[in-house]
Amino acid sequence: MKLTPQQYKPMVKAASPPSPLWKDCLWAFFVGGAICLLGEGLRQAYLAQGFPLTDAGTLTSVTLIALSGLFTGLGLYQKLAAKAGAGTLVPITGFANAVVSPAIEFKEEGFITGVGAKLFLIAGPVIVYGVAASSLWGLVWYVLRPWVG
Amino acid sequence: MPQRRGDVILFDRPPAVDAWAAVGGKKEGEGPLAAGFDLLFEDNRLGQPTWEKAESELQRQCMNQLLRRAGLAPDALSLVFGGDLQCQCTASHYAMRQLDVPFAGLYGACSTMAEGLALAACFAACGLADRAAALTSSHFCTAERQYRTPLTYGGKRTPTAQWTATAAGAVLLTPTGRGPQVGAVCFGRVRDFDVTDINNMGAAMAPAAAETLLRFFARNGRRPEDYDAIYTGDLGFVGSRLLLEILQVEGLPLQNHQDCGLLLYDRARQQVKAGGSGAGCSAAVLAAHILPGLAKGQLRRVLLLSTGALMSQTTFLQGESIPGIAHLVELLAPDVPV
Repeated sequence: MKLTPQQYKPMVKAASPPSPLWKDCLWAFFVGGAICLLGEGLRQAYLAQGFPLTDAGTLTSVTLIALSGLFTGLGLYQKLAAKAGAGTLVPITGFANAVVSPAIEFKEEGFITGVGAKLFLIAGPVIVYGVAASSLWGLVWYVLRPWVG
Repeated sequence: MPQRRGDVILFDRPPAVDAWAAVGGKKEGEGPLAAGFDLLFEDNRLGQPTWEKAESELQRQCMNQLLRRAGLAPDALSLVFGGDLQCQCTASHYAMRQLDVPFAGLYGACSTMAEGLALAACFAACGLADRAAALTSSHFCTAERQYRTPLTYGGKRTPTAQWTATAAGAVLLTPTGRGPQVGAVCFGRVRDFDVTDINNMGAAMAPAAAETLLRFFARNGRRPEDYDAIYTGDLGFVGSRLLLEILQVEGLPLQNHQDCGLLLYDRARQQVKAGGSGAGCSAAVLAAHILPGLAKGQLRRVLLLSTGALMSQTTFLQGESIPGIAHLVELLAPDVPV
């Protein structure tokens, strides 16, 4: 064959259909927006029940996480995510899905070597780099605070 | 004796595919080839506690169908070539626990059926096996677990990604049978064209398919138009397009190309993105569509070219590119002279 990898690269690019950006964005916007709207509705409902502001916020997060866990368990969350993409990934429900799905999946490999070891398979990097980044920012803030705070 | 010309092995006395069987899951049962399957399962768990056991059961059921069609007891088999996509080929190994016959495990990713069929044909043609079988499978859920993310994780597929078939296929080769004949085989060479996108395996495999086809036609004295169809499996939509482009550039344009990954599902309706894939995909299309067509005389002379992407999750994460391979089998209707 005469073809070289260098010649092949542009052929692959031309033959591979790109993701439908506008359609994906609209799905993400409306589904992500709907999840956030649900969160706001929950928060207002908790406030109306007389919970203080911070408690209402925490209860909202907990409720969304519980709902995400439930819908992941029922196999419905990934069906919505297949269309919504970032719309279901970015809200707190996406993070819950990332933890609940390995918990369900790796039960068959045992509670310690399966669920325990693989629970943070997807969410782990987010936690590791989230904690690392916030520690780093903490240091920066410690240095900057006397001048800006 | 079989002759060797370059990479092509030509059979002067072609072995015959005397029996075949295909089993599939739910999505395969909703696809255009449903009628050709021997067994379709509504529940992809097949009543098993794990997905891995479900895939072994898929193979076991497929082998049972093959033996039933051939009217044979398991111990009549001289040798079974088998493989799947699971690490260490465990779907095949665990399925073979219940079958007391010599077994050789193969890994060729999605190319395993053509690899197994070609080896079985060589063994049958050389008098090394009276009845050699090839059996391969894939299961969407075991493949997702192994190569991607947990099944219930909410991820989005790219348009170039392929859908691993939940299916198994099996064939039985004999030295002088009455079924469709194997006229020639050509084992592929590994080709790596620097494709690193695990969601675009069709692109990674297309050069290997082109290489095998070019080597085959350079040595066997035939032209693509001598064949009713040239089936690749499974380049999908993107890989198929690339194969045709490469062959156009290389001076071997194809007019009669079909892809198993595009035949197994209805892309417009079944949301499989670029098409089907998996070691069970070309195996099932072979047994559910191609061999019945040859047996009925609707097809006279075809090529099956199963293609495999030979990366692992580890090499992919290490940034390695994806090597591809394609093995070719020439299949003829029972009454076609070699």
